[in-house]
Amino acid sequence: MFADWPLLSLVVWLPIIGGVAVLLSGDKGSSEGSRRLALIISLVTFVLSLGLYTNFDNSTSAMQFQERFEWIGDFSIYYHLGVDGLSMPLIVLTTFTTILVILAGWEVIQKRASQYMAAFLIMEGLMNGVFSALDSMFFYVFWEAMLIPMFIIIGVWGGPKRVYATIKFFIYTFFGSVFMLVAMIYMYYQSGSFAILDMHNLKLGMTEQTLIFFAFLAAFAVKVPMWPVHTWLPDAHVEAPTGGSVILAAIMLKIGGYGFLRFTLPITPDASLSYDWLIIGMSLIAVVYIGFVALVQSDMKKLVAYSSIAHMGFVTLGLFVIFRIWGNAENADISGAALAVEGAMVQMISHGFISGAMFLMIGVLYDRMHSREIADYGGVVNTMPVFAAFAVFFAMSNAGLPGTSGFVGEFMVILAAFKASFWIAFLAATTLILGAAYTLWMVKRVFYGEVKNDNVKALQDLNQRELLIMSILAIAVLGLGLYPAPLVDVMHASVDNLLHHIAQSKLP
Amino acid sequence: MTLEMLNLSIATPEIFLLALACTVLVVDVYLKDDSRNVTYVLSQIGLIITLVLISQQSLQSRELAFNGLFVNDLLANVLKYAVVLLVAIVFVYSRRYLQDRSIFKGEFYVLGLFGLLGMMVMISANHFLSMYLGLELLSLSLYAMVAFNRENSNAAEAAMKYFVLGAIASGMLLYGMSMVYGMTGSLNIIEVAVAIEQMKNDNLVLIFGLVFMVIGLSFKLGAVPFHMWIPDVYHGSPTTVTSYIATAPKVAGFAMVIRLLAESMGSLQADWQGMLIILAVLSMAVGNVIAIAQSNLKRLFAYSTISHVGFIMLGLLAGNQEGYSAAMFYTLTYAIMSLGGFGVIILLTRKGFEADNIDDLKGLNQRSPWFAFIMLIIIFSMAGVPPTVGFWAKLAVLKAVVNIDMLWLALVAVFFSIIGIFYYLRIIKLMYFDEAEDKSEINCTRDMQIALSANGLTVLMLGIYPAALMSLCLAAFA
Repeated sequence: MFADWPLLSLVVWLPIIGGVAVLLSGDKGSSEGSRRLALIISLVTFVLSLGLYTNFDNSTSAMQFQERFEWIGDFSIYYHLGVDGLSMPLIVLTTFTTILVILAGWEVIQKRASQYMAAFLIMEGLMNGVFSALDSMFFYVFWEAMLIPMFIIIGVWGGPKRVYATIKFFIYTFFGSVFMLVAMIYMYYQSGSFAILDMHNLKLGMTEQTLIFFAFLAAFAVKVPMWPVHTWLPDAHVEAPTGGSVILAAIMLKIGGYGFLRFTLPITPDASLSYDWLIIGMSLIAVVYIGFVALVQSDMKKLVAYSSIAHMGFVTLGLFVIFRIWGNAENADISGAALAVEGAMVQMISHGFISGAMFLMIGVLYDRMHSREIADYGGVVNTMPVFAAFAVFFAMSNAGLPGTSGFVGEFMVILAAFKASFWIAFLAATTLILGAAYTLWMVKRVFYGEVKNDNVKALQDLNQRELLIMSILAIAVLGLGLYPAPLVDVMHASVDNLLHHIAQSKLP
Repeated sequence: MTLEMLNLSIATPEIFLLALACTVLVVDVYLKDDSRNVTYVLSQIGLIITLVLISQQSLQSRELAFNGLFVNDLLANVLKYAVVLLVAIVFVYSRRYLQDRSIFKGEFYVLGLFGLLGMMVMISANHFLSMYLGLELLSLSLYAMVAFNRENSNAAEAAMKYFVLGAIASGMLLYGMSMVYGMTGSLNIIEVAVAIEQMKNDNLVLIFGLVFMVIGLSFKLGAVPFHMWIPDVYHGSPTTVTSYIATAPKVAGFAMVIRLLAESMGSLQADWQGMLIILAVLSMAVGNVIAIAQSNLKRLFAYSTISHVGFIMLGLLAGNQEGYSAAMFYTLTYAIMSLGGFGVIILLTRKGFEADNIDDLKGLNQRSPWFAFIMLIIIFSMAGVPPTVGFWAKLAVLKAVVNIDMLWLALVAVFFSIIGIFYYLRIIKLMYFDEAEDKSEINCTRDMQIALSANGLTVLMLGIYPAALMSLCLAAFA
């Protein structure tokens, strides 16, 4: 299917140009036309991105679907797109999630609907650009440009403290990324090119690697976000409209993890090796401490936001625990390390589905009651039985129940961590208890018990649109949980190649 | 001196412009107040012809005229094209503004044209005297333009301040030039360069001369600690005059720095580099930090200009082709952004209402989504966020600084740009997140709408495809 089309350019530019078209369609009269147009564009983009999956060659780690043109000749910056097994699944996740976001905002967003839809479409294109850019400046342009629509989404359609939240979000992320920019310029003068793949082969001394490592860490740790630079996330999540929270949790956080995979690990392996304790420590704090923080939240969105930080802790743990595995193995056995990295990747994709689902669920309740306080709810199962069934299912998968996608990634990372150290694995495994505790306790308080008040009594169950969104997500979560092989197979060759890169010292 | 030595043909744009300014001056005297549009149209047609004349100039070689007083090269042509275009757009923006305030007078255009002539002479100066001549022609026109609205006491105060400080700066510059003349025995930029190169050992008088010249230049560009006039002048002048001061003269000032520091004092680069580092860091720090506290939009832009001057200096201090071209790219694109920013302020003004408070932007997205979007592009460009051209300007400058092994300076620069992002975000916040208090219709003429839209979209388009302008800037210093 469309094997010879410039698929990557299409998935990047179709949503952006489509977004501009939606913007121009305007808000005069009913916005029905803008909404339809946005939905059609997101569906077409999704179908095109499926073409990336079906035509993907699992056997090679080389970049596929490459497109390369000169963009700014004097700076040797190229329009260079390409995907491998690490980035392709994330693109499909992006295009998939955008459809849900557009459906979720269908009736809820009445204020300036065309601008809302357009912002999300433009976001989609920019995020696809981040995942497929192979030139670091091209990457950086998408990486920063992404902030603009998100800034507007939170600021215009967000909650009461939206201005504080969105400015905090922008400044945090901008702070991280400018240092990455300087690191990229520095590497340009070392390697003579902005191409990411050339940077992978660059020899760098230990001091340089350390500085570059921390520059990248500033950018990616904020985005993931890792403890202690996570504080923007609860604010941004709570204040963002449902769609904004979904995109933030499902995709934007993954960009941080992807950054570690694409930049930090292959470019500065020696610095990563000597500072792996730092990342592992920060990840474990995220898993354990943030897990406890999630437990005491009274605001549902905040709870899920903290749970996101804890789950992303698994991703960074999986990525950096490989050095410990190598340290223990006699002859640099890569299979254990591959398990960790693949576990982190699966965790990213699965968290994309599950956190998206959790925020959409909260959105469903919020649209009806205009409250996110757990205390305002109780006994929702009596009035919304279908919804409650979905809620319990997604909560279970958020807690990592076997059979759902949440289990697969966490299990792979914990299993790999055992090869590194018992205690790392032990601390990581506490998430199975903490995750279950905070999620299920929330479900118990919101859905079970007596009907708490008249507002709950008056609740209507899911309408068809919401039912459709929930069902699609449930199928995805269940499918990935029961049969993750299609996803793992895609990334296998690329992960092996990545590990070979990391295993080589980049010291001159 | 024969006519061939004068080599008049390479100065045809300037000669035409002088004739134009005199014609406008004379014609305007015989016009009645209600036919003032004739002056406007005449000036615009003249500017278009000037543009054509500039593009007719040969770009093949560097040519001298007027016995070495005047030079024409690619750099001069590009910069002249830019200043003429900028002034023409300022004229488009200003017509309704001036009419609303009953100051739609011929003097504005005459002074504007003479100032433009001054800038073009500065850009093409190959001699300290012609440089000074051009600078004074520009400055005197600007002093008069600032005080143009006579009834306004703010404007009078601003003009007074500008005049006194500007005169001191010119004095400094002249004093420096005289010292350099004393040591080298020439005022011709090329001869000065040769003479300095031959003086091997450190020459204290020459360094003193250099210091005074750098001070004079910093005054004119508005680098900290010589920036005090900028906020008051930006604030006090009629907004159209502010938009004039904030755009084209910056480009001319850049040319002045290139001619005086790079071309004539190139071999003293080690000396002036240190001075420019201090000026650049101070400008970025003071500009960005103080801008946060501003509630007047014109003052805010004034401090933002100061921080941008700091960035331009970063490129200049690199002292090589890459750095100069980066600074040129930055200056040109900054002039475009700044023009657009003031254009939006002018757009929001109406009779008896200046729209220069930052709260006047509240809810612009409700009143006019299109112009809110244009302002969004311009503001993000000033902040240096891709995909706008401001990002490429910052990248070019940072790249030049990293290439001369001043990584720390690049880190300082990005650090201050993080601080700077805050006040830019505040403007976006007002436009997009706040409810409009003033819901009145934005009335604006068609030509202004087109020009302002084109201005904003240029910022975006140059951001998406900066390669052409970038290679033009590199070629100018080849």
